[in-house]
Amino acid sequence: MSERVAIVGYYQSRCEPEKREDHITDLVYEVTSGLLNKIGMDISEVDNIVSCSQDFLDGRTISNRTIPEVEGAYLKSEAKVAGDGVQAVFYGMMRILSGKYKTCLVVAHAKMSEGAQNVIANAMFDPFFQRALGLDETIAGAMQARVYLERYGISEEKMALAAAKALSQAEKNALVFRGRKTTKEDVLNSRMLASPLHELEVFAPADGACALMLATESVAKKWTSSPVWLKGAGVSMDRYYLGDRDLAEARALTEAASKAYKMADIINPASEIDLVELSDYFSYQLLQYPEALGLCGAGEGASLIESGKADADGEQPVNPSGGVLGGNPLCVSGLNRVIEATKQIRREAGKCQVRKQVKTALAQGSYGPCGQNQCVMILSAI
Amino acid sequence: MARRAGIIGTGQTYHKSKRRDVNIVELIYEAVSSCLKDAELDIADIDAVIIGNMEHFEGVYNADLWAVDGTGAFGKHAIKITTGGTTGASVAHAGFYHIASGMFEAVLCIGWEKQSDGDTTAGLIFQSDPLFERATMSGAIGTFALAASEYMNKFGITEEQAAKVAVKNRGNALKNPYAHLRKAITVEDVLRSTPLAYPIKLLDMCPTSDGACAIIVASEEFARKKSPNKPAWFKALATRHDQPFNSDLPLLINMRSLQSAAKEAYAQAGIINPLKEIDVAEIYEPCTFAELSWYEALGFCELGGGGRLMDSGATEMSGELPVNPSGGVISTNCIGATALIRVAEAAMQVMGKAGEHQVPGAKIALATGFGGSFWTEITILEGD
Repeated sequence: MSERVAIVGYYQSRCEPEKREDHITDLVYEVTSGLLNKIGMDISEVDNIVSCSQDFLDGRTISNRTIPEVEGAYLKSEAKVAGDGVQAVFYGMMRILSGKYKTCLVVAHAKMSEGAQNVIANAMFDPFFQRALGLDETIAGAMQARVYLERYGISEEKMALAAAKALSQAEKNALVFRGRKTTKEDVLNSRMLASPLHELEVFAPADGACALMLATESVAKKWTSSPVWLKGAGVSMDRYYLGDRDLAEARALTEAASKAYKMADIINPASEIDLVELSDYFSYQLLQYPEALGLCGAGEGASLIESGKADADGEQPVNPSGGVLGGNPLCVSGLNRVIEATKQIRREAGKCQVRKQVKTALAQGSYGPCGQNQCVMILSAI
Repeated sequence: MARRAGIIGTGQTYHKSKRRDVNIVELIYEAVSSCLKDAELDIADIDAVIIGNMEHFEGVYNADLWAVDGTGAFGKHAIKITTGGTTGASVAHAGFYHIASGMFEAVLCIGWEKQSDGDTTAGLIFQSDPLFERATMSGAIGTFALAASEYMNKFGITEEQAAKVAVKNRGNALKNPYAHLRKAITVEDVLRSTPLAYPIKLLDMCPTSDGACAIIVASEEFARKKSPNKPAWFKALATRHDQPFNSDLPLLINMRSLQSAAKEAYAQAGIINPLKEIDVAEIYEPCTFAELSWYEALGFCELGGGGRLMDSGATEMSGELPVNPSGGVISTNCIGATALIRVAEAAMQVMGKAGEHQVPGAKIALATGFGGSFWTEITILEGD
């Protein structure tokens, strides 16, 4: 294996329900120029670029054709990962590990306010058997939530508690927009979107962008005195048809995690990982995903949340940033998880900073109905 | 430096305007199974799947998810890379990076398009800025009509010279069982074919095809142990993107992303005289005029000399540097697969597996991808 790959800088824009005054290029330029200025890097030092966006979300065929100028891709090598932002980090890491590049700019954007999100999400379902049923991500998520709750005899209140904790924690994060002191009752009293999921249990469409700089070990120190190392990464794809899957389990997530753990030499994730940033598009995932990641046993996600172990001041904090429920767009959500984990390791998370020392952190991202494609990344201070 | 990566198998579908006999998943499966068969591998041998297409063409969002039963990605590392017309090359390059990183041993790379399920030109128009360029954007034909007129005017390129590209490539396609359009044509046929937008006529332009292509990229250790094929090694690869507005671009004259990518790729491969040192080229030529101008940008001849190089016969099958033995994009164009077919065909040539359209003794092959706003991806492969 070649040299290690480090995160040497990051930049996030504030996510908002609608950034009416900003063109997509404005969204991206804010974070790319912000990142270069912040770490004192010149655009000529950026060897290559991996972007993450979706044609369907942007309403633009070749969504990365909108942004070459603002990501500094003019006459450079750029590639677009049309999935989740964590995967873009993974691909950027491989491009550096290949030995061909020393640095890689990873940037994600989405401007979801410009599209009808349920119509767009419906286009993920095959046109013959599923699309006409009106399925979208929320309805698929609701079905998964129901199967999960039934399998382990968990009440809807436990999901609501997880959402309430997430939204209350998000109040501390100035970069998201849904954070406020929220009780379990507030969640259960919010509008029912698809039973058992209430409005406050479902991620909200948003506009935003973020950027990350990767560098190989030999040059990383040029831009930071506190590099965060990419120690492990894994991706896995589940079956497509929801009926072909056991929706009570997040199988692809378990597989992605086991690859990442193997690469990072993690044997017991419950004790070796200091902090977790999950892409919680839905409340039930805050219960189900820690199980899939081996942070607790099957069906124990609800007790994990109740116990406080996953709170920001707990033994193994999960989403001290407030997570995706706090208000993050697709594509950006995953890259923001990597950035939030990086901030915790570097003790730069401001009001969201956890008290305990974070040496090893996990960031997770997914895309597709019921998290069909999953990516896990392990970050380390050393 | 990078770990060695090579292509050990290729597969293509049969192409048609409308493949009504299969759906998207089945179309992809056809290419994947043909590729696995070619490499004498089982899907269990593959540890990652990379796929790409242009999703607005079929109207399926995250089509990689639906395609799982055709790609074999279930339970595997799976990633979708899309960059427009260059997608197929981006997918092949991602295959290289996956192997070169040391993290994977055998990666299946897939490009596909089923254009009969949607409206390609409508999809293409949606790539342009809604405020400044969409109202005047007319898809591929209009863009190339403008570019070709400018190119003809500047260098005295003639419609006859462009027609010779169509005659050559469509002639080559007769020997490629997978080509979409397989009918011999003459210069006269091209000149008399229906005008689309001056100077582009029907036979100057690529068709719209349904089809898919797959390749397997593997590490040297895996290749030697698991597959009987002699690998086509990645010798050089380079990508260049350009600005988003067509009005800011030089279009066909001195296409800067191609020139710049070629310079880097030749430096990596140690190529000084491309016409002599490259044995075969598969160029992504969306129209006849583009192939001529890209001879120039690739350094096969001097600036403005593309027409004369065509006249000389140097790029014919019997010439010094056969270009597009497969029949090229003029004969087959399933967009998300098109640039990957270039890589696959280049690989087949240096693997000695190109059948009737084999260039004898080909050792070094070049493949280009074209897309976006005049973006380029170049791949140079070397035989074992």
